[in-house]
Amino acid sequence: MAAGKHVSEQHESAHGHVTGAALYTDDLCVRFPGLLHAWPVTAPHAHARLVGLDASDAVRAPDVHSVLTAADVPGENETGSNRHDEPLFPAEVMFHQQPVAWVLGETLEAARLGAALVRAEYEPRAPILTIEDAIQAGSFLAGPLRIDRGDASAIESSPLCFSGELRIGGQEHFYLETQCAIARLDESGGIVVDSSTQHPAETQDVIARVLGLAWHQVSVQCLRMGGAFGGKEVQANPFAAVAALGAWKTKRPVRVRLPRLLDMALTGKRHPFLARYKAGFNTDGKLNGVRIELYSDGGWSLDLSMPVLSRAMFHCDNAYLLPAAEIIGYVCRTNKTSQTAFRGFGGPQGMLVVEEIMDQAARRLNLDPHDVRERNFYSEGDTTHYGQLVKHPDRMNTIWDRVKASSSFDTRCAEVKAFNVAQRHKKRGIAVTPMKFGISFTATYMNQAGALVVIYRDGSVQVNHGGTEMGQGLHTKIRTIAARTLGIAAERVRMMPTRTDKIPNTSATAASASTDLNGAAVLDACDQLKRRLAPVAASLIQCDESQVTFANGTVHSADCPSNSVSFDRVAAAAYRERIPLFAQGFYQTPGLRYDHEKLKGKPFHYFVWGAAVSEVELDLFTGEAKVLRVDILEDVGDSLAPLIDRGQIEGGFMQGLGWLTIEELLWDASGRLATGSASTYKLPSWSELPEVFNVNFLERAADSDVVMGSKAVGEPPLMLAISVREAIRSAVAACGFGGPVALPCPSTPEKIFFAIQKARLS
Amino acid sequence: MPVEGVPAQTTLLDFLRDRGLTGAKEGCAEGECGACTVLMVAENGLGSEYRAVNSCLLFVPSAIDREFFTVEALARDGELCEAQKAMAEGGGSQCGYCTPGFVMSLFAEQYRPGREGPCDPHAMGGNLCRCTGYRPIRDAALALGPAPAGVFLERLSHPAPAMHGGEYAAHHVRFDRPDRLEDCLALVAKSPAAKLVAGCTDVGVESNLKFRRWPHFISVELVEALRVFEDTPEHIRVGAALPLTDLARLWTQAPPFVKEWMGLFASVPIRNRATLGGNLATASPIGDSAPLLMALDAELHLSSIRGERVVPLARFFKSYREPELRDGELIRAIQIPKPLPDFVRFYKAAKRRMDDISIVSAALAINCDEGGRVTRAAFVFGGVGPVTQRVDSAEAAALGRLWDEAALERIGSALDEALRPMDDHRGSAAYRCAMAKGFVHKFFWEWRQAST
Repeated sequence: MAAGKHVSEQHESAHGHVTGAALYTDDLCVRFPGLLHAWPVTAPHAHARLVGLDASDAVRAPDVHSVLTAADVPGENETGSNRHDEPLFPAEVMFHQQPVAWVLGETLEAARLGAALVRAEYEPRAPILTIEDAIQAGSFLAGPLRIDRGDASAIESSPLCFSGELRIGGQEHFYLETQCAIARLDESGGIVVDSSTQHPAETQDVIARVLGLAWHQVSVQCLRMGGAFGGKEVQANPFAAVAALGAWKTKRPVRVRLPRLLDMALTGKRHPFLARYKAGFNTDGKLNGVRIELYSDGGWSLDLSMPVLSRAMFHCDNAYLLPAAEIIGYVCRTNKTSQTAFRGFGGPQGMLVVEEIMDQAARRLNLDPHDVRERNFYSEGDTTHYGQLVKHPDRMNTIWDRVKASSSFDTRCAEVKAFNVAQRHKKRGIAVTPMKFGISFTATYMNQAGALVVIYRDGSVQVNHGGTEMGQGLHTKIRTIAARTLGIAAERVRMMPTRTDKIPNTSATAASASTDLNGAAVLDACDQLKRRLAPVAASLIQCDESQVTFANGTVHSADCPSNSVSFDRVAAAAYRERIPLFAQGFYQTPGLRYDHEKLKGKPFHYFVWGAAVSEVELDLFTGEAKVLRVDILEDVGDSLAPLIDRGQIEGGFMQGLGWLTIEELLWDASGRLATGSASTYKLPSWSELPEVFNVNFLERAADSDVVMGSKAVGEPPLMLAISVREAIRSAVAACGFGGPVALPCPSTPEKIFFAIQKARLS
Repeated sequence: MPVEGVPAQTTLLDFLRDRGLTGAKEGCAEGECGACTVLMVAENGLGSEYRAVNSCLLFVPSAIDREFFTVEALARDGELCEAQKAMAEGGGSQCGYCTPGFVMSLFAEQYRPGREGPCDPHAMGGNLCRCTGYRPIRDAALALGPAPAGVFLERLSHPAPAMHGGEYAAHHVRFDRPDRLEDCLALVAKSPAAKLVAGCTDVGVESNLKFRRWPHFISVELVEALRVFEDTPEHIRVGAALPLTDLARLWTQAPPFVKEWMGLFASVPIRNRATLGGNLATASPIGDSAPLLMALDAELHLSSIRGERVVPLARFFKSYREPELRDGELIRAIQIPKPLPDFVRFYKAAKRRMDDISIVSAALAINCDEGGRVTRAAFVFGGVGPVTQRVDSAEAAALGRLWDEAALERIGSALDEALRPMDDHRGSAAYRCAMAKGFVHKFFWEWRQAST
């Protein structure tokens, strides 16, 4: 099926987006007279002890209202997510520019000038800035985690045995809307915080912790986010806490909004990784076993680094059977921002390692990399190295064959070869890579969701659920689920902003699973309401209750469709009959069994499958790579919203392309982020958009265990961009004379240029 | 909207948002992301046109007397304009935060006078989207036809609002905006420390990101004498305060390399405000105009109340960010002598191919006689030292001899001698050297292809 080519619903907020009417947290500022603005006092060291803090000049500065320090915290001075290891006002500075105090001003300018007047004294300490230094110093936040399978000595006894090292770059989220929160007191002793957060319940938790309040005193609302990508899963919390603390102290509304430079300096990123591996293959390219050590750069605090690491370890197989595996992981503690969730959540790093191994093996064995990849795919009955039975492994073969056929892969391989023979200053490369991605939170308890569906007497509907909208189209899909189930038009369903006082104790909107979870909860609530409305409707249209059907804004009898009544009239009648017109829905993912100690079991409800073919052209004078064509085939199940799903695939792919090619995080010797602005850290732009970009969905792929047969789509496509990296590698290889090709990650033009020089000398 | 009392360095973006017009967003505050894009009505000789500009880089006093359209103005009575419809229906928005900016840029492109065929997606080159990957936005642009009749098209048949010189002051900060050259020179003579601005695309960044504050600005953007363009048999003359977009529009006979260079020089909203005078006066070694202009033997006409003097561009950069400008002096015009060299190329190495700051740039020019000997040469590089560098020794290695692969060797040696680039986050010294030489090779290669 050509993705999104049939009539599809546009984004639920599309009209608001294009008119500017869709509101984001910071757009609310004008609604709060007396709003105070916050600016941090930031430390000029990556590691130091804070030995003095004097705000006396600052508080006397014009339009400075007050200065927030640890002394103002009525509850715990702590905002950490899992381990409570993140002081809001630290005594020890752990990364460059870490805030040590916040200044509240009548204007942002006054707050900033006030912050410059706060005198902080530091005793600098030696920072740890690289993974290697952390390993050397034994500076770990977690580890070793370990997954073992089979007999790893099969590696050394293989005909081909090689080892290597791969450094994988991090990635800045660069959500267009930076971190933002506005807090104010409510009318009865509580506090309300608008926050751009993926996890309002945890934001509520952290605010309650800092203010020393019970959770019922704190309400958090997320209208929508201007992008998040994991960067607001936990990292929205400290800024919301500062806003809340400011409002609590001053009794005035307080806004914290990070300008881009501060957002990049203060918030965590995708984890850089160092992988050391050893692999054993047969001469036909069949993998016998791998030994992989993964070191992630976790930054200064634990954050979500544990589950990121375990997901990386789970995804070291990608789509391949690892007959023997020994996978060991550590989270390194360094004096950097606390690295955090980012679309793929460790999966991309794990998959990149095994794809590196596949290509290295193929070029050593003088085989085509795509043949080596295909030879190692899972078969029916195989289990992963962590013990989960692989459901539908045949889908990988189907997808592989189809995307190769639809992209004329074999013909184009020959054309690329001919091009490379004819061209002296340009080389092309083409590659196909597979993708298998596990869906579910690996923290099993998070796989739950709640919903509240409300029908008013006029038949209009409000839907509340625990998920947040960050552009991924969650509200669009859930509105589709509610409208389809109740048989009414989408316009009659209003999606409400996410609020902790509507749906409590929610999970983060993350792990690609938010439609699976929240959608199923909404479906549950809608089904309950239908069951309550059915007898009312049956008596209105004088039919048997079993015949009652909800469709097209009416309720009719299945055996006589003309015998109908409007949905709105049924709602009104139900009210008069004292039937409750609101229902709570709930869902928990069934069948997950997972031993967190041994990293064994069934952590995932199912897998998403896909493959991509990419072709690139290199300018050998400069090392510039241009993506000529991309073909993607992905299993999205029975798509609830084809336009949305296609958008997720294209956007995810481009984000992965950015991570692997032009987005480069560089820290200087003092630990300062040297690429910390839009002008130094480059996102993909028009010049990176492939000239030809074909996206298709696998047909007849409905998944009976997921809501309405759909499948998750948010994260998986990011990893399809590995095909671009492999295509670049193939083009670099064409500059040389065979053998393995080392390609740094990200492959910036400079890195490609020097890889070409190296290949030419090989 | 009244602006009295608004601090002079308040951006148009903050000004609008403070008044409830929150469609324009801040994404980077340095003109990179385009989430703040609004439309400015500008003269184009025949009537007027909509120009996308970064409202984060426009100080409020620069906006006085001007007419702007924000995204809130485009939907009439709830009816979306075509650009909005195309973006919404095709999946052009996901999180929606960048969307108003894209809509503004696309709208300006659809209404661009003289446009033929589908809209050019590169008109949105100054807008970043982190969600969609751009494909649906490209398709939205390609789907738009001619601008429909109606109030928006009608608006363009009338001139842009008349602009008046004047001064603005608030909170002890002055913002002078003279409209006559004599007044401008007198002001600059009287206040040599005042900050000169035109499009503000560089000063705006310093203000927003580095928090530089100045007590006094003199804006040159209304001075007609600084916005001239002449293309005569003897020379090309470009007023220092002529926006790059107008330079592209007026230089109808520009050779292809000028168009290529312009395409690599920032984004549409920046080009709509930025000027050659500003780009040269910042004296940045990675400015994109200096290498090309230097390779074309450009000279600068400097004015002050004391009179005029002419300085070759090759002698204008004294050291890092230090231009050869005396107190009270400003760049009046850039003059390029004719004939232009026969074969010219501008190259730029950057992490991202478009709208990125150069790691290394090169402007290379060559003339050969019938015997294949070099009669004119210019090898100019940016990003290889503290100032833009025209490498005389490389030219000496080429002049009077055959333009062949042996020449490349000699030039390479000269460049190894002359260039002392540094390592930074954009690129290593080794890469910069390799690029400088690589560009000369590429130039030779392209010359050979063009001459056979």
